[in-house]
Amino acid sequence: MTAPFDLTDDGVVVIIGTGAGGGVLANELAKKGVSVVALEAGGRYLPDDYINDEWDSFGQLAWTDPRTTSGDWRVAKDFSGLPAWIVKAVGGTTTHWAGASLRFQDHEWKAKTTYGEVAGANLLDWPIDPREMDDYYTKAEDKLGVTRTNGRAGLPGNNNFKVFEKGARALGYEEVHTGRMAINSADNDGRMACQQTGFCFQGCKWGAKWSAAYTDIPRGEATGNLEVRENCHAARILHDADGKVTGVEYFDADGNLQLQKARVVCVAGNSFESPRLLLNSASSMFPDGLANSSGQVGRNYMRHTTGSVYAVFDQPVRMWRGTTMAGIIQDEARNDPSRGFVGGYELETLALGLPFMAAFLDPGAWGREFTTALDHYENMAGMWIVGEDMPQETNRVTLNSDVKDAHGLPVVNVHFDDHPNDIAMRDHAYKQGMAIYDAVGATRVFPTPPYPSTHNLGTNRMSANAQDGVVNAHGQSHDIANLFVSDGSQFTTGAAENPTLTIVALAIRQADFIAAEMSRQNI
Amino acid sequence: MSNTMKTLTRRQLLSQSAALGASFAIGAGFVAGRAEAENWAMEVDHLAPGTMAVLIQMARDIYPHDQVADRFYALAVKGYDTAEAAPAIEAGVAMLNEAARETGHAGYLDMGWERDRVAVLRGIEDSAFFQQVRGGLVTGLYNQKAVWPIFGYEGESYSEGGYLYRGFDDINWL
Repeated sequence: MTAPFDLTDDGVVVIIGTGAGGGVLANELAKKGVSVVALEAGGRYLPDDYINDEWDSFGQLAWTDPRTTSGDWRVAKDFSGLPAWIVKAVGGTTTHWAGASLRFQDHEWKAKTTYGEVAGANLLDWPIDPREMDDYYTKAEDKLGVTRTNGRAGLPGNNNFKVFEKGARALGYEEVHTGRMAINSADNDGRMACQQTGFCFQGCKWGAKWSAAYTDIPRGEATGNLEVRENCHAARILHDADGKVTGVEYFDADGNLQLQKARVVCVAGNSFESPRLLLNSASSMFPDGLANSSGQVGRNYMRHTTGSVYAVFDQPVRMWRGTTMAGIIQDEARNDPSRGFVGGYELETLALGLPFMAAFLDPGAWGREFTTALDHYENMAGMWIVGEDMPQETNRVTLNSDVKDAHGLPVVNVHFDDHPNDIAMRDHAYKQGMAIYDAVGATRVFPTPPYPSTHNLGTNRMSANAQDGVVNAHGQSHDIANLFVSDGSQFTTGAAENPTLTIVALAIRQADFIAAEMSRQNI
Repeated sequence: MSNTMKTLTRRQLLSQSAALGASFAIGAGFVAGRAEAENWAMEVDHLAPGTMAVLIQMARDIYPHDQVADRFYALAVKGYDTAEAAPAIEAGVAMLNEAARETGHAGYLDMGWERDRVAVLRGIEDSAFFQQVRGGLVTGLYNQKAVWPIFGYEGESYSEGGYLYRGFDDINWL
């Protein structure tokens, strides 16, 4: 089943990372007959392994290797060593994600044209026509089994959604439903329907939520063309005198340095690890790191404008029952600068268990103001804000040579300052979120600060012109034809939508391009 | 409580107790609930018993939940009773007691009103000691499975088949 490729086989595509980008790309290429070696820094965990306990699961799945932070974002103060809440495992963060699968709105592909000049923002249009994405979005929705798309039914609403929906209707919102979710509302694709168990963030033990870990990865392996090497941490991408990449050095599960030759290298390690790898691969020919002639590698880090609103009612809600993200309000996702900001935001229900609520409701807070909130945990409802944040050149992932990981490699520092547009959007969303719950009789509301980031975007952005970004419209680096970026780091702008569906659609599209270019002998 | 809380020996321990603080019985090598109904006692090996008593009260004052009994707070800070952790904790509690004395009380446990103790805690909240204790409590207290039912939290439901047929949408007051 699993194809063993030789380290000296220079005909393989090496993909670094096996999440929504890398995991899907690996399967799509393998299905086309392309030989693929996927290097995954984490181990392999399947539904039987997942733990429905917040901290135990965090210990099992989360990427907790050292990172540092700076900037005015509150995460740098409250979670200084944990800028992101993402996964180190086969399948990447598709084990952890909530499943929200939304297409970009057309105007979001053309942010600079739509929003115009925004002071301090490094806006750019995506070099992709939104119409070109339609078919890829459909393919991605079918792959993920997204509800409310292509004839699939929606999920039923849980208690948390019912509170949210009633408040939304009271405010006059119209686009309110249980979401387009990569969670089966009926048995689909060999996976069962959602049992409303909660713990979507901890890995779905039923397999009802799509994850690359138990779909694309084993299917790719079954072709005989994909070999996934677990617990293998990529250290450096090598190149030849012509400036073409030739292979990847990585630390294997025993900590030994190995070199896998490659015909093509695709980087899909998330918006921190992907630029880190490019920067750590600096050479005499590429002293600023690979694919970095623009100086844009690591820049334009985006994390969505987020925040949460929790509310306490005089009667029980029990928000933890059922899907973690159980519904959405889309009315505010439009671009309407009269609200005081460009771009828009989605409101999506969210529930945390008591242990994570204690950690995230108001990090660092103590005393009765804090504890009386938790006293009414059973009567709480919650929602999450996800909106488009402005790309800024100074929001940036850089190497921190003062801190090394277990392999002695410099870690990343993640610098983030809110843009005034981000702040205006968040304040608007807090106000609307609180009004929604007030309309249902909330006795107390909590505009809760952002968690460590789950939507990590930018840092290797896509651009029409080589001087504006790192990769072209196919995720191919402007500088090196056989080096690709295949994850959310290639996002030109963030849009208001949860990014996974777009990452998957771009990976399917990129697989078509890579296979075609290989057969043309262009790469 | 296994080996950390020896309920059966509480009565014996109390017979040896040297001092009764506001909330706790403090004896040679142990801290215990003062009220018979609380029925708990905790032996300490590396911290002075009086230090552990202050630590338990401090834990409650940081995250006060009146419906949560002292034994849960005691368990939440039990982990500091190690040779490695004890010196910093002893120093921190000494600092806390000194801050209490500066307000005219004999010590932290001699302050009867929570508001007075909280005022003292506010004065040291930027210290490494306070942040260590507060940060440790976030998991030490709220990640105790025995505490969850007090807040109504049900924990995992996979073993019972989820909530699809057990009330995921049973809200009836909207």
